[in-house]
Amino acid sequence: MKSISLGQYYPADSVIHRMDPRVKVICAVAYIVASFLCKNFFSFMLLLVSAIILVLISRIPLRIVLGSMKALIFIMAFTAVINIFWITDPGAEPLFSWWIIKVYTKGLYHALFILVRIVAMIIGTSIFLTYTTSPIALTDAIERLLYPLSLLHVPVHTFAMMMTIALRFIPTIVDETDKIMSAQKARGADFTTGSLSDRVKALIPVIVPLFASAFRRADELATAMECRCYHGGEGRTRLRVLKLHARDFVVLAVMAAFIAGVVLINICGARNGWLYTMTIA
Amino acid sequence: MDDASTLERPVLIDVKDVSYAYPPESSDPRPVLSHVNMTVREGEYVAILGHNGSGKSTLAKLINLVIDDYTYAEGQILVNGRDVMSDDITEEEILDLRRSVGMVFQNPDNQLVATIVEEDVAFGPENLGIPQKELRQRVDDALETVGMTEYAQHEPHRLSGGQKQRVAIAGIIAMKPRCMIFDESTAMLDPMGRKEVVATMEKLNREEGITVLSITHYMDEAARADRVVVLSDGKIILDGTPDYVFDHAETMRAAGLDLPQCTAAAKYLKTRGVKLEGSLTSVESCAEAILKAWRERQRKEGACD
Ligand SMILES: Nc1ncnc2c1ncn2[C@@H]1O[C@H](COP(=O)(O)OP(=O)(O)OP(=O)(O)O)[C@@H](O)[C@H]1O
Ligand SMILES: [Mg+2]
Repeated sequence: MKSISLGQYYPADSVIHRMDPRVKVICAVAYIVASFLCKNFFSFMLLLVSAIILVLISRIPLRIVLGSMKALIFIMAFTAVINIFWITDPGAEPLFSWWIIKVYTKGLYHALFILVRIVAMIIGTSIFLTYTTSPIALTDAIERLLYPLSLLHVPVHTFAMMMTIALRFIPTIVDETDKIMSAQKARGADFTTGSLSDRVKALIPVIVPLFASAFRRADELATAMECRCYHGGEGRTRLRVLKLHARDFVVLAVMAAFIAGVVLINICGARNGWLYTMTIA
Repeated sequence: MDDASTLERPVLIDVKDVSYAYPPESSDPRPVLSHVNMTVREGEYVAILGHNGSGKSTLAKLINLVIDDYTYAEGQILVNGRDVMSDDITEEEILDLRRSVGMVFQNPDNQLVATIVEEDVAFGPENLGIPQKELRQRVDDALETVGMTEYAQHEPHRLSGGQKQRVAIAGIIAMKPRCMIFDESTAMLDPMGRKEVVATMEKLNREEGITVLSITHYMDEAARADRVVVLSDGKIILDGTPDYVFDHAETMRAAGLDLPQCTAAAKYLKTRGVKLEGSLTSVESCAEAILKAWRERQRKEGACD
């Protein structure tokens, strides 16, 4: 528990790491939108290729990217299987049929499309956001992107501040949990054996002091922030200024071209009646 | 700093007949401060001593106006000539007060807000709306002053207690205060961390001319101040130079406070007939006095032979 790292930020030196976090958030959203725009085999292939390129230029080791997919492997397998058996194609011969189960080529394609879409979404968000952007930069970017909402009295700054404080205190509180658990262990508490209810009961003497101390911390922090002239987001300046560089505009242009490409392939596909155009998402 | 020069300096904080009680859950409010009078002059280094619960933190928080409830507050606290306890104080004046009187607390963990050292230091001036260019300069200067420049990009939770506390101090310095209040800021630190922080406090006072109000339980820290104020049960019972205050051992003991160890030892030697002269509040001055007495005796013995 000693060296916990928040999020899954993977420090490396790549174009994506150096991008403006605001542009990264926009790209992540755009990429997800693009994955939903794909309608036929060729646009999905373009999506898959772009995902691979993203991983390559981010310089994040493949094993780490694949690791992030492990958690979702069940969902991926489940949706794929459902698609294989569910989709029917009345005009075509089933590839395989047994009892009431019929598998069509169209179903296989659909399963493949869904898989590509999920993989692309995971890669898009993790490459643009979690792996290459520190949580604090992400908070910062979201605060600035959502700034227009604060004109409509949405407390954007307050939420960003809450995020920042949470990020600041999670390691502190994890350390503290560690200490309290050791202290209770020294008094004979047992967290690892016994029935579930025994173990939950053993946790109570950890949770109670943890909460007590968290409240005290919150109180002291509030006073300290007041002493440092905190009075909400109004009139606040920032040490860190986000500046768009040429590379950010290039990336945005590439992203726009990519979406245009996907749309173009879709249109061509619809005109020429390319096989396996997906009509349902 | 000698007395004559401090007395000529303008008064920065003037606490006039202040009484305070926290709002009670039931029954009558129990006074935490009663009829406290105290002045702090520009550039002074004042230590405040007192047993647990004597009202030191309450006094500090009143000066900075960070107490929630003023129902049972009486008297005046003039900071820069403005009564901060008056009802017509504006939001701007409060911000200006907190800017000019900064406060550093006991637990270094609970006063750092940001996840990166330099951003935490910037927090105060950011709130004041300092433009980015000057902000950068202030942050760099503040980190330099506390000797933490090389840690600018570190995460606060990976620093030692003394380092965290110095970052907290930098966060206040970056607001360019005229006075800093330290509420037991060394209490949770190991001896190394304490040394770092005390050295920083003294540097701020001597080199930057910042007025320092240091609340502490460490007598050796208090002994280094220009002036020591002793609180007991919400009343000021002693107020003067360290020599003066530590001369009143009985009053101190009654207030639940000990003398600095070296002073106590020197006093004991005095009762045993050793003639000690001069200030007896610091280890160095005690050692000097003892050395002098010893030389004196050797000289006399030499004369007898
Ligand atoms: N928020 C509060 N609400 C009610 N009573 C309080 C509050 N804070 C402090 N007190 C009480 O006021 C008294 C003085 O507290 P204060 O914190 O000023 O003492 P202190 O001299 O700073 O003590 P210490 O050396 O322990 O820090 C104590 O009896 C305490 O119980
Ligand atoms: Mg206190």
